[in-house]
Amino acid sequence: MSVVTVQLGQCGNQIGFEVFDALYSDSHCPQGLCSKRENEAYQASSKERFFSEEENGVPIARAVLVDMEPKVINQTLSKAAQSGQWKYAQHSCFCQKEGSGNNWAYGYSVHGPRHEESIMNLIQKEVEKCDSLSGFFIIMSMAGGTGSGLGAFVTQNLQDQYSNSLKMNQIIWPYGTGEVIVQNYNSVLTLSHLYRSSDALLVHENDAVHKICAKLMNIKQISFSDINQVLAHQLGSVFQPTYSVEGSCHYRRNPLGDLMENLVPHPEFKMLGIRNIPQMSENSLTYSTFTWAGLLKHLRQMLISNSKMEEGINWQIRPPLPGLPTLGKVSLNRELHFNTSIANLVILRGKDVHSADLGGFKDPALYTSWLEPIDAFNVWKTQRAFSKYEKSAALVSNSQFLLKPLDTIVGKAWNMFASKAYIHQYTKFGIEEEDFLDSFTLLEQVVASYCNL
Amino acid sequence: MTQSVVVQVGQCGNQIGCCFWDLALREHAAVNQQGIYDEAISSFFRNVDTRVVGDGGSISKGKICSLKARAVLIDMEEGVVNEILQGPLRDVFDSKQLITDISGSGNNWAVGHKVFGSLYREQILEKLRKSAEHCDCLQCFFIIHSMGGGTGSGLGTFLLKVLEDEFPEVYRFVTSVYPSAEDDVITSPYNSILAMKELNEHADCVLPIDNQSLFDIISKIDLMVNSGKLGTTIKAKSLVTSSAGAVKKRHQKPFDAMNNIVANLLLNLTSSARFEGSLNMDLNEISMNLVPFPQLHYLVSSLTPLYTLADVNIPTRRLDQMFSDAFSKDHQLIRADPKHSLYLACALMVRGNVQVSDLRRNIERLKPSLRFISWNQEGWKTSLCSVPPVGHSHSLLALANNTCVKPTFMELRDRFTRLYKKKAHLHHYLQIEGMEESCFMEAVSSLSRLIEEYNQLDATKSMPVEDLPRLSIAM
Repeated sequence: MSVVTVQLGQCGNQIGFEVFDALYSDSHCPQGLCSKRENEAYQASSKERFFSEEENGVPIARAVLVDMEPKVINQTLSKAAQSGQWKYAQHSCFCQKEGSGNNWAYGYSVHGPRHEESIMNLIQKEVEKCDSLSGFFIIMSMAGGTGSGLGAFVTQNLQDQYSNSLKMNQIIWPYGTGEVIVQNYNSVLTLSHLYRSSDALLVHENDAVHKICAKLMNIKQISFSDINQVLAHQLGSVFQPTYSVEGSCHYRRNPLGDLMENLVPHPEFKMLGIRNIPQMSENSLTYSTFTWAGLLKHLRQMLISNSKMEEGINWQIRPPLPGLPTLGKVSLNRELHFNTSIANLVILRGKDVHSADLGGFKDPALYTSWLEPIDAFNVWKTQRAFSKYEKSAALVSNSQFLLKPLDTIVGKAWNMFASKAYIHQYTKFGIEEEDFLDSFTLLEQVVASYCNL
Repeated sequence: MTQSVVVQVGQCGNQIGCCFWDLALREHAAVNQQGIYDEAISSFFRNVDTRVVGDGGSISKGKICSLKARAVLIDMEEGVVNEILQGPLRDVFDSKQLITDISGSGNNWAVGHKVFGSLYREQILEKLRKSAEHCDCLQCFFIIHSMGGGTGSGLGTFLLKVLEDEFPEVYRFVTSVYPSAEDDVITSPYNSILAMKELNEHADCVLPIDNQSLFDIISKIDLMVNSGKLGTTIKAKSLVTSSAGAVKKRHQKPFDAMNNIVANLLLNLTSSARFEGSLNMDLNEISMNLVPFPQLHYLVSSLTPLYTLADVNIPTRRLDQMFSDAFSKDHQLIRADPKHSLYLACALMVRGNVQVSDLRRNIERLKPSLRFISWNQEGWKTSLCSVPPVGHSHSLLALANNTCVKPTFMELRDRFTRLYKKKAHLHHYLQIEGMEESCFMEAVSSLSRLIEEYNQLDATKSMPVEDLPRLSIAM
């Protein structure tokens, strides 16, 4: 089954390019550490998911590129074409002349309705190219105007028009210290709308990825390109094919369906985070060896202590002991120590993957009381290695990972809202104070729900 | 991509405008080596085949034939505009884009606004409509003028209302040169206050500039150049004040250096909209992020670097120095003290080989020394444009919405009051049809209201920053 990707705004398009590039590079990576037959099956499966084929054999990304101003899309198209290995379809782009001005209301209320038909037509065309559709992967940022506002509008439309297909939104959370001044407003509006119309929200925080670049990848002058590449690597490790029940040479067919089935058991809890280890610069990689036991131990502690990367993990934090009463409502004023999960999925790729022992993840203490670990935890093991890492482990988690960041964004937006600053910019385009209040209410509800796990 | 139209009014406006067009051509020539008319150039220039007679001849793609500025030049005296038309830039301006008169406004806002306003309204409208028609997607009008005189101040602000009525969706960015205390035009306080009311009501965004600051910047550069210190040779073309290597080859006129600084400001402001980068910032984002309340749209600008030293061995610690400089008073285009006042919002527009980690590092470093208002503690808007300005490897334009403009406005009001109390020169204004004492009174109250808004925000400066109680949800 195939996934149709919709890239929105500058962020969405810049990341989208890196994702397709990472997927392609990994598929054609010579160091798969498996048999040729295995590799070919992997490639074919990956290709079916993400690329369609042109006459001359050049793979075309199954993607629709949307932006309200032309510079980024032009750059993205030419970068892909330059690679000579894969490209975007020229006519799968929708572009206007003037951007959304970082204004969610403009993206949602003006650009949305105005360009609804054109954009949905493009998506329809892309869907028709698929033999069978797994769903939609929408890449957008929360802080700006197009990705956030138009992204919310498009997701809503997808829900109306393709109610049987799944939608996963890849959302980029901006740096805490401002990229855009009204980013908290835009974020609150985006999240509340997506919560109603999307099936799952896969979140990446710029701050976290930035630290990975600085501490683990050792990059001195970090550019957005570096950040996007790390992000793409993480996504690739999740979305590339994994073995189905039959094992060798047989890959799962429904990437989005499988993910959601395992991770989103309840619509109130949709926020997912990814952790992927190991992650390091190529130089360091050549001198490192890993064991599954070591990797899994780290990954488990990263989950428990809510650590965003493999460095600086807090080993003091332990899951609550069995037999003791579960912790009641945790006050957010204290540091949230132990990260309770609803559901976890671990994806292992590489050498001797079948020997990996995941007992540590099945501990009921890690999870909320309303799901048995057997339902809450899943693991996918695949022999074929990912992107030059002899062993790699990814964790997709529906847990309290994002509770604190979400709470922070809502808090800041609320403070600003109380002063009514910038509100006139939104009411100008039809987003009233009422709409803000609705959004705040919905998100406070989400925060409370996650808090009470 | 969108287009912008520059409307230069009065002597000051036109002289600055001239420097701007000169610099814009230079910048595009440096970036666009193959002479192809691309979207970046089209934001400020039309491509015209001059062999075609009449109105046609606009070419939208392909090689550059003849570039025409998207500009309207207005002056009620002929001197300045004539000089432009006889100078090296004459081919850049379409003769149909000019509106001139002979007698001038006599440093009288009322003459500029009321007399020439009504006289030339139709013509102005027609020229503006024409220039708008030439645009695919017009996003912004840049108005350049001075506040202290008659034409720029009076007719320039009359224009704002016309633009607002006729093109309500197009942004109005005004670059206003404010008179300094030692200004030789006696009636400049009257003109400025009357103009301020119009700016308050009809401009989207104002970039106030004062001559004294520009002059100080030049003195600082001169000091640097003439200090004879080792390694202080300035790289060619990097002086923010120079038009060296420019189209104009004659001697620089006294205000040229100062005008070039303003020209650089305007170019840098629009660079992220015109050129590519990893984090673009369009013009509509400036207003969105930096104007929290409609009245408070006055932005303090500072530009770095002012020059680049020719010594290439200087390491990239210079990059961090650039950020520090942007927050130093020496680089501001208006005299004010933002560090001791309250920031409502701040934008950093970076050009050149600077990455997001450099930006983040410097924001972290500078944040503790700057005071931001409680509801906007992280009030930073940033942009990264890959194309550096001519002669530099990187540059930074900082735009701050800060309560430090309040003292400037208060001083202006004081100068006005001193003059008005004595009724000095008032008759020149009152004898113009449509002018009454109430016009003055309204203008002053408009300014006072603005000052009061800043006062209220300032009052929160000393209060502790607390989180407000949140909505509580019944579970």
